[in-house]
Amino acid sequence: MTDSELTYYRNMLRIRRFEETILEQFKRGVFAGTTHTSLGQEANAVGVISQMLPENVIVTNHRCHGHFLAYGGDMRSLFAELMGRSTGICAGRGGSQHIHWRNLYSNGVQGGIVPIAAGMALAEKRKGKDTSVTVFIGDGTFGQGVIYEAFNMSSLWQLPLLIVVENNHIAQTTPEESAIAGDLAGRFEAFKIPAVELDTSDVVEIAGEASQLYAEVHEEKSPRALILNTVRFGPHSKGDDTRSEEEIEALRSQRDPLKISEARLPAHAVRQITQEVEGEVGQAFELALADAPASFEEKTA
Amino acid sequence: MSRTVLDSLNTGLLTALGTNADVLLLGEDILDPYGGAFKVTKGCSTKYPEQVITTPISEAALAGVAAGLALRGMRPVVEVMFGDFLTLMTDQLVNHISKFRWMYNNTVSVPLVIRTPMGGRRGYGPTHSQTLEKLFLGVPGLKVVAANHFLAKESEEPGDMLSRLILETEEPVLFIENKLQYLLPLKGEMQLQDFEVQETFDKGDNGRRFPVRMLGVKGAPKPVCTLTAYGYMGELCMQAMSKLAFEYEIFCRLVMPTLLSPFEVDGLIASVKETGNLVIIEEGTGTLGWGAEVAARCAEHHMHPIKGLIRVAAKDTPVPAAANLETATLPQVDDIVDAVRKLTGSHD
Repeated sequence: MTDSELTYYRNMLRIRRFEETILEQFKRGVFAGTTHTSLGQEANAVGVISQMLPENVIVTNHRCHGHFLAYGGDMRSLFAELMGRSTGICAGRGGSQHIHWRNLYSNGVQGGIVPIAAGMALAEKRKGKDTSVTVFIGDGTFGQGVIYEAFNMSSLWQLPLLIVVENNHIAQTTPEESAIAGDLAGRFEAFKIPAVELDTSDVVEIAGEASQLYAEVHEEKSPRALILNTVRFGPHSKGDDTRSEEEIEALRSQRDPLKISEARLPAHAVRQITQEVEGEVGQAFELALADAPASFEEKTA
Repeated sequence: MSRTVLDSLNTGLLTALGTNADVLLLGEDILDPYGGAFKVTKGCSTKYPEQVITTPISEAALAGVAAGLALRGMRPVVEVMFGDFLTLMTDQLVNHISKFRWMYNNTVSVPLVIRTPMGGRRGYGPTHSQTLEKLFLGVPGLKVVAANHFLAKESEEPGDMLSRLILETEEPVLFIENKLQYLLPLKGEMQLQDFEVQETFDKGDNGRRFPVRMLGVKGAPKPVCTLTAYGYMGELCMQAMSKLAFEYEIFCRLVMPTLLSPFEVDGLIASVKETGNLVIIEEGTGTLGWGAEVAARCAEHHMHPIKGLIRVAAKDTPVPAAANLETATLPQVDDIVDAVRKLTGSHD
C-alpha cells in the first residue's frame, strides 16, 4: 500500500459514486437525455491519467465522465452539465458526451476523435513540446475505418500519441465475437505501433504500464497502444443491457477495481475515504441541482 | 499574360505560409515538382518545406488531423484534390469540425480552411465533375465561401481572400474553387471592356467582410432582370449578359456573393427591388439546392415581391462523361439567355 494507491482508490470511488448517482437520479427525472457510465472501468481512467504530464492532452469519447474526473475536472460542473445547468462545463450545450475542459476534449461519434488526436499530437510535436496526446477508444470503435487512416498517419509521422483501448468486450449490446475479426493488437502491429495488452482491473498494474508507455511516447516521439481488457458493470447507456444478471454479478465479484484495491488498503482508510467521497458527491449534486438552468447567453471569454 | 485565378490562389497560399509559421498546408500530391493536381500548391513545398505535408489518400483522417491541429493552435489549410471527395470528410465536417466551438460554449476556436475545386465541363464523369457544396450549405458553424474573379477598384483578389481567411479565421471555412475558373484571368477594369464591377459586403461574422460583387453593362439603361450566381458561373452569366445586351437589348445586373453559408440576401434584394425579375444560376443540381434557398429568402422579403423567378441549374442526374451529354446536363450560357428572355417577355 502506498499513498498513491490511496489517491487512486479515492479517485476511482469518486467516479463510481458519481455515476451511480447519475443512474439513480435518471430514474427520478433529475437528468434527461442520455448518458454512458464506466462502472467497473474506473481503474483505466485513474491508472492511465495519473501517469500523465500535467500539460498532456486527452481526447475521449461518449463514456467520458471517468476521464474527466480522473483528470481533475470539477464534479459539480459535470453534474450541472448533465442536468442542463448554466454552470455546466459547457453551459449545458454538450451534455454527457460533448465536453471540453483545459486539455480534455470529448465527442460522441465513434472513430472521428482518433485523427483529431493525431492532429493534436502533430501540433504538440511541431511546437517542440515534451507533451503527448492520449486518446481513449473502445472495442466498438474498431468498426470505424477512419481510425486505421489515423493509425497509419500516427506511425508514418511518428506522433507522440498514446491510444488507450478500453476493451469491455461489448459494443452497446453487440459482443466482441460478433464484431471483431482477428485481434486488436494485430491491428496496431500492422502499422508498426507497439501495443501492450493487459487483462486486469488492478489500478496499480495499469498505472505501471501507462507510466512505461508514456516514457516511450515522450522519449521516442512515437505512438504506442495500450489495450486494457476490462469489464463494464452497467448498461451501455441507461437501460439497454441484454446480459443476464448472473453474468454481471460474476463480473462484479471478480473484476471490481475498488474491491481489488480495498484488499490492500487499511479498513479505516477505506472507511474514511468512503465517507469523504460520499459527502463530496452529495454536496456537488445538491449544488448543481440548485444552479440556474442553461440559457443561450454567450459566454464572454 | 494576365494573372489568372490559379496564379492568385497560388500567391495567396505562399503569402499565408510566409506570414505565419503556424500555417500548415496538407493534402494529397501537393509537393513539388507535381504541385497538386491543379497546380494551386506549386512552389509551396520548395519555399516552405517544413510547412507543407503530403498525406496518404485518407480524406476522412486528413480532415480530423486538420481539426486537431486547429484546436491546438495551428492554422491548417487542406487541399482536397476533387470537390467530389468532400463526401469522405462529411463526419468530420458535420459532427466534429463545425460543432466544437459552439458545443464547447465558445471556449475553443477551429481556425482551418479546407479548399477544393468543384465543377464539370472537362469530361471527368460522374465522380470527378460534381458541384457538391450544396451538401454543406446550412451546416451550423461551417462557413462556405466561393472564390470570385471579378474585381472592383479596391477588391481583394481570390488569393487575397484565401490568405486572409487562412491567417485570420477563427471558424472552419470550406473554400470552394472551380476547375475552369482556375484558368480564367482576373477581371478588373482593364479586362472588362463592356462591364463595370461594384462591390458591397456581407457582414459575415464579427464584422469580417465578405464581398458581394455586382456586374452591370457599362452605360446601359436601367436593368430589367437580376441574375445571381457565384464562382465560375459568374463567368457564364457575364457571357449571357453580353449576348442579351447586344443581340436582344435586354440589360441585366449580376449579383455574386462570396459567402454562401451562412448568408445574407440584402445586396440581392436591392437589385430585385429594381428589376422585379430574378434568375438564379448554379452548376449543382437544382433540387433542394442553393438556388432554392436564395429564392425562399427573397420570397420572405414581403416588401419587394418578385414578378418572375427562374432557376437555372444542372439536371438532377449524375454528370455524364461524354462531352455532348455533359453539355446537355450542365447549365450553359444559352440556358441563362433563354431564362432571362422568358422572364422579360422577349422569348420567341
